[in-house]
Amino acid sequence: MSELKRTPLRDFHAAHGGRLVDFAGWEMPVQYRSILEEHKAVRRTAGLFDVSHMGEVDVRGPEAAKFLNHLVTNDVAKLFPGRVLYSPMCYPSGGVVDDLLVYMRGAEDYFLCINAGNIAKDLAWIRECAVGFNVTITDRSDDYALLAVQGPRAAEIVQSLTGAKLGLVKYYHFAEATVAGVHCIASRTGYTGEDGFELYHAASEAVALATALLEAGASRGLELAGLGARDSLRLEAGYPLYGHEITQDISPLTAGLGWTVKLDKGADFIGRAALVAEKQNGAANKIVFFKTGDRRIVRADTPVLGADGVTVGRVVSGTLSPILNEAIGSALVTTSAAAQPLAVDIRGTKLNLHLVKPPFVELKKPTA
Amino acid sequence: MSNIPASLRYAKSHEWLKPEADGTVTIGITDYAQNSLGDITYVQAPKLGAVLKTGEVFGVVESVKAASDLYAPVAGTVVAVNGALESAPETVNRAPYSEGWMLRLKPADAVSANTLLDATAYAKLVG
Repeated sequence: MSELKRTPLRDFHAAHGGRLVDFAGWEMPVQYRSILEEHKAVRRTAGLFDVSHMGEVDVRGPEAAKFLNHLVTNDVAKLFPGRVLYSPMCYPSGGVVDDLLVYMRGAEDYFLCINAGNIAKDLAWIRECAVGFNVTITDRSDDYALLAVQGPRAAEIVQSLTGAKLGLVKYYHFAEATVAGVHCIASRTGYTGEDGFELYHAASEAVALATALLEAGASRGLELAGLGARDSLRLEAGYPLYGHEITQDISPLTAGLGWTVKLDKGADFIGRAALVAEKQNGAANKIVFFKTGDRRIVRADTPVLGADGVTVGRVVSGTLSPILNEAIGSALVTTSAAAQPLAVDIRGTKLNLHLVKPPFVELKKPTA
Repeated sequence: MSNIPASLRYAKSHEWLKPEADGTVTIGITDYAQNSLGDITYVQAPKLGAVLKTGEVFGVVESVKAASDLYAPVAGTVVAVNGALESAPETVNRAPYSEGWMLRLKPADAVSANTLLDATAYAKLVG
């Protein structure tokens, strides 16, 4: 696995029993003890995730805001220093290049967090789109490590290691803070549906910070959690994952992310015309979320059958909800079929899909 | 390092087999198999009375990661299945050789030792 990229915590994971696998070209822990137990720990108390494989990009310059509002579908003009925005960025076709977080640090100073598997593609795209704008794009992915502390007790754990008043940092806001002696961008965001922080910090400090968090969390029920639990937590929360609910061919409108597409924000962003047309004509397909009442996992690419047994779509994500103890998932189906009974065939057993408006479980995340 | 009890017999497909005093055999999956699969979420067992040939698929074990077929290490008739796994499949992770057993067969023929592996040979296979 020598060709795989490693985060600064690779040896930390191995020493803590992490099962390392290839994830988007990175050697990452899929689990430590048990995916199901790690998932439950995050819902019950707290989990610590290494997500240092995510990419970070600085966007700076006099036209940074103008450029970003052209690049992404959500409204960057609504940001103020200390505020975070979730947004897709689209191709002219309306398909998704990636979904990302935009951090506003200052009038001419923004910071993006992008998906690990898309770093090279995103940077090439962002640079191409930046031509003609007075901005500087800098890849900071190797400089930053990123630890996510998530769960009902996450804020308490991070607070125990800093003098900064984290209570003042509302959901989808961030502040600079020194946590366990490590300078961090403490972002009250996450991918689990729970309260918590994502701590961006210098890669060289990752082991020190992870060790301090694990120690401070030990008496508060914190567990190391791998990418397996991260995926089941995000699906249970109803959050999209690039390559599944959103892709080059699945627009944010199709994916049910209409709230992130600000057609009337007063800036002509990339993909706007296609998305306006999709909205006017109605999307041909639609992402739906389902549960089955059965423990058999309905895996990605399983055909979805309409009332007459004809294929009307395919599953894009599927797992067992450790909280509901039944299979949950999402599927891309034709819009006309979405209102009819849907089913899948799992090894000869027909299972009906019960459509659900996510989240699948009650989430305890704060409001912004 | 996997736990491979010396008292059991093993199939290359990672099932274990234990001859019982009453002439039946108990079958499950090995510690190595449960560890490779990760969190087990579902066990599909055969029906009581089902007649299995050697090497025939008798069920499916599913984990968060994947679904895998289960193969009968010997031919026989299903005389018992572990119903407790229906609601607690994770028992296979916790106790693959005891409470995590999957089925009991009445063998069609005397169980021929040399078609199965002993602990040493199985350890070599998964080593």
